[in-house]
Amino acid sequence: MSDELLALHGIETRIGRYHILHGVDFAAQRGRVTMLLGRNGAGKTTTLRTVMGLWRASAGRIMFDGRDIAGLGTPDIARLGIAYVPETMGIFSQLTVRENLLLATGREGLTDERLDRLFSLFPALKERFAVPAGVLSGGQKQMLAIGRAVIEPRRLLVVDEPTKGLAPAVIQVLIDAFRRLKQSETTILLVEQNFHMAVSVGDDVAVMDDGRIVHTGSMADLAADDALQHRLLGFSLAVHQ
Amino acid sequence: MKRDWAPYAVLPVLVLIALPAMGVTNWLVLTVAGLAMGAMLFLMAAGLTLIFGLMDVLNFAHGAFITLGAYVAVSVVAPLAGWAMADSWVMNLAVFAVAIVIASIVSGAVGWGFERVIVRGVYGAPLQQILVTMGGLIVAQQLFIVLWGADAIPLLKPTAFGGSIVVHGAAIEKYRLIALALGLAVFVALHLLLSRTRVGLLVRAGVENREMVEALGYRVRRLFVGVFVVGTALAGIGGVTWAFYQELVTAQLGGDMTILVFIILIIGGLGSVGGSLVGAMLVGLTTNYVGFLAPTVSLGSNILLMVLILLWRPRGLFPVAHG
Ligand SMILES: Nc1ncnc2c1ncn2[C@@H]1O[C@H](COP(=O)(O)OP(=O)(O)OP(=O)(O)O)[C@@H](O)[C@H]1O
Ligand SMILES: [Mg+2]
Repeated sequence: MSDELLALHGIETRIGRYHILHGVDFAAQRGRVTMLLGRNGAGKTTTLRTVMGLWRASAGRIMFDGRDIAGLGTPDIARLGIAYVPETMGIFSQLTVRENLLLATGREGLTDERLDRLFSLFPALKERFAVPAGVLSGGQKQMLAIGRAVIEPRRLLVVDEPTKGLAPAVIQVLIDAFRRLKQSETTILLVEQNFHMAVSVGDDVAVMDDGRIVHTGSMADLAADDALQHRLLGFSLAVHQ
Repeated sequence: MKRDWAPYAVLPVLVLIALPAMGVTNWLVLTVAGLAMGAMLFLMAAGLTLIFGLMDVLNFAHGAFITLGAYVAVSVVAPLAGWAMADSWVMNLAVFAVAIVIASIVSGAVGWGFERVIVRGVYGAPLQQILVTMGGLIVAQQLFIVLWGADAIPLLKPTAFGGSIVVHGAAIEKYRLIALALGLAVFVALHLLLSRTRVGLLVRAGVENREMVEALGYRVRRLFVGVFVVGTALAGIGGVTWAFYQELVTAQLGGDMTILVFIILIIGGLGSVGGSLVGAMLVGLTTNYVGFLAPTVSLGSNILLMVLILLWRPRGLFPVAHG
């Protein structure tokens, strides 16, 4: 139990008149990468937004490090050390790459050490440091979005479909980056549809369907079980890349 | 995404095509008049565009802060009439500066209260915002009449600010140059604030994507209070400059400007300070050029200007991306 950094208990979320999440239960273990999988429209993004306080849960508890954060506002949740990379990346296009990163830092700002670490993860950002983020390619924007989330040490990283719409070469860069983040013992909650990404970085999985968790287990077990993948996701991960 | 230069060309093009239509002397007078009016309109519009951009708040009471600034100037200048009429530009300037500083403080302070008491209750409810802020404007106009009376109050320019200088046979009012300089100075200051400070970067980031700024741990509502105060203080400054220009203050002074201010925001692109500067200059110039060439269609000309620009750029000249 004490290994759970984040745990959702019976989370229900309504958006306007629509009841989207019908009691979501799962946990992300400390220092591990938890993959949240599921078909389109299963409720993955809604779950992450609820964790971040961008939608308010109408029932249930969200325990972060032993404390219920379900009633907190988004800024307070972020200040607990939770970084969020939304599906839409949330890049500030009028601000430069540097300014985007700067806003994610506290008093220490952008130290050389932090920048060196960032550029070693994403070398492409180095030469684009001073340009408005709006002119970056899709892949570079995603690198910036992830880089912004990890520029300061965080306790939990919440990332929504980072590979969406990106070319295979860029996806490989992201996979490598997540592998390295894993080594630093960061706890990660990752929504992903890309097979390579899922099996290369995932430790645990939680599968959603229609606003509920329908399976939890290890990534390795799911990756090895074609029939289970078909049943849970409606397709085989290996085919769907 | 390449930089789009066409919107920058609109202003120079308008100025150039006006020249053959009216002759150099008239053109000089009207261009300076238009730019000066634009500078004053910019002071009134700049805060409102950020207020809308950051929290999607439609503040129809913004005009009340313009009027408030004008009345505060009346009250500040009355006891200093000796300075205003003195044959010393230092004393004249001091009166003007004191009026501007006090008006901005009063407008900003009232703006702070208005945000806490009125606006805070209607976040995210556009229809209620319109009703509540329109109501606020009407109440404010009545309060002005209670406090300063129903009659128009004259407000003479300080001595050194009156009169004209002659350039190329054209008499250019000095006060217009002063208003233009003030408007540009405020623009530069705002620009530096928004591009060189962390708070400024947060405001620009928040205009583009409020949720993401919150997900980085910043309380956007707190930021918004600051923007609201600065925006209403600027409206007060705009009111002072406009009042000295008109040399007459009425309870409707600000309310009458509201339509023009909203046209400016829409032309410039909601949420863009640079856009509100260009929009204000376009409206100022159009008003003056058309007022000279075809006086009967003056207000309509600004609406036509807005329609033409929206047909070309549906989100205004400098739209702010929403991520
Ligand atoms: N703002 C909204 N208003 C109404 N319904 C919404 C809204 N956002 C999401 N939904 C609905 O909630 C359900 C879950 O959506 P969600 O975006 O969480 O799914 P997802 O698992 O992230 O899907 P995808 O793989 O397509 O990103 C869907 O049926 C969707 O239509
Ligand atoms: Mg999604």
